[in-house]
Amino acid sequence: MSDHEYTPSSKFGKWFNDRLPLLTLANHLTDYPTPKNLNYWWTFGGILTFCLITQIVTGLVLAMHYIAHADMAFSSVEHIMRDVNYGWLLRYVHANGASMFFLAVYIHIFRSLFYGSYKSPREIIWILGIIIYLLMMAAAFMGYVLPWGQMSFWGATVITNLFSAIPLVGESITTWLWGGYSVDNPTLTRFFTLHYLIPFLILGLVVLHIWALHVPGNNNPVGIDIKKPSKDTVPFHPYIVIKDAFALLMFCIVFALFVFYQPNILGHADNYIEADPLVTPAHIVPEWYLLPFYAILRSVPDKLMGVVAMLSAILILAALPWLDTSKVRSAVFRPLFRQFYWILVADVLILGYVGAMPAEGLYLLIARVATAYYFAHFLIILPVLGWKEKTTPLPLSITEPVLGGSPNLAAARSDEKIEKTIK
Amino acid sequence: MSDQKDEKKTNRRDFLFTATAAAGAVGVGAAVWPLIDQMNPDASVKALASTEVDVSSVQPGQSLTVLWRGKPVFIKRRTDDEIKKARAVDINDLKHPEKDEDRAKNPEWLVMLGICTHLGCVPLTDKGDYDGWFCPCHGSHYDTSGRIRKGPAPTNMEIPKYEFVNTNTIKIG
Repeated sequence: MSDHEYTPSSKFGKWFNDRLPLLTLANHLTDYPTPKNLNYWWTFGGILTFCLITQIVTGLVLAMHYIAHADMAFSSVEHIMRDVNYGWLLRYVHANGASMFFLAVYIHIFRSLFYGSYKSPREIIWILGIIIYLLMMAAAFMGYVLPWGQMSFWGATVITNLFSAIPLVGESITTWLWGGYSVDNPTLTRFFTLHYLIPFLILGLVVLHIWALHVPGNNNPVGIDIKKPSKDTVPFHPYIVIKDAFALLMFCIVFALFVFYQPNILGHADNYIEADPLVTPAHIVPEWYLLPFYAILRSVPDKLMGVVAMLSAILILAALPWLDTSKVRSAVFRPLFRQFYWILVADVLILGYVGAMPAEGLYLLIARVATAYYFAHFLIILPVLGWKEKTTPLPLSITEPVLGGSPNLAAARSDEKIEKTIK
Repeated sequence: MSDQKDEKKTNRRDFLFTATAAAGAVGVGAAVWPLIDQMNPDASVKALASTEVDVSSVQPGQSLTVLWRGKPVFIKRRTDDEIKKARAVDINDLKHPEKDEDRAKNPEWLVMLGICTHLGCVPLTDKGDYDGWFCPCHGSHYDTSGRIRKGPAPTNMEIPKYEFVNTNTIKIG
């Protein structure tokens, strides 16, 4: 993105860079122009990279002690917790790290939803992100199976049985996934293999995600294009680096609170009971980050349609750039969209709540209404809103509201005198 | 180049392209199949296909759960009352119409896979609105014949292949 050609200063650097332009890449990454109005919601990309690396590093060392066998997995995890030096820390960081990863990814996704970061020309970044999100869910699910506790076993049973809803070939696919007639040792060993593989697939997709980001550059809170050349941008280093680092520190405090003070609060006590294929726990619930989709699955009374609804709830996001017909990106200038946005946030939180409750009575009714609203938001409200909504005027550049002290155009323009005096 | 019409006609080169692609696809398929099929149940899993159960100690109203192919199998010795209830149901009221006579050849003994047909949990015995089984995962109710009566499960609990080897022994599989 840097407009100038980069030449390394040292002779060796130049020799190397002519053969493999790594220094040009490093220069691009440090000089990469970022909108100067990025707020703290934009720091979650960096936080997510940190989460991924944390999971890979802790996962790698845990794999040195874990044994992927139905007879030994449970006790090997206890061995990690009790005998391995710092095993408790590594496992708690890894287990809570998964939750932190999802916490950050949800904030990152809802940031995009608010500021319209998924819109042209950033559709590919968005779709890559959805694929990463899907892989994260697969990795988290398979990772949860590895300790071979009751929740591991029955979670695996319920989720793999989703495939049996497919007409005609469903049963064969489920048997193929299990490597037997139920979740058993072959299932555990293949889940371990895939759990080890997926983070590296995610890593590759993250590279593409960032690459695709660096083509158009960052979206920003006002959602308008950067004028080039202009004073709208600052170089990534040191401005964004220091801001990301500060946000990461704050995030790590929350992370540490979970790891050191409440390491099991996000888990289920049932998973400290070894897997028993004869007894299903009274109340099976997935981890918190999958609850909204679980609520959607349960809200449909038909098995196949329930699975279809749950998958659609995720895949519909990939179509979002075309479902949202509004040309204005940022919700700051979309008064109606802003209200519907917060209703959607509440809707997803409600789905998460009822997903953790038994699927009966009032909870089931709420789940059904919330599921219907979820789909209506994407399939009806967003397309219609693009046509009907009267948006507020956009600023001329991102510098205008920054210097005016407010993203509100009217306020910024009335302060034009201030801008002039600053200049 | 010289003759435009020739380009549009199928020529021998097109045939070569198609043939090469087809042979290539078959080759790739043959190479990929072992990679996929290795995930299917292996010989040792298939070898455990049948199991014999001694049911002499089971009293009427009691039930037994045994593991067959990694799955629980319910063996229920039904009381007269339970049999009567199961047989009194109008078949047209059922979501998955099956006669109790077809599910339990010997009416006293009901042998079925103890797996909820919704998403594979193990239902609880003698529970639910129909005094049969109740699945705690997503609230499916089964009657005393293991037939789905209420809830998200699409079909009745499955009856495995089984036979009475003698009066006290059931062979499943």
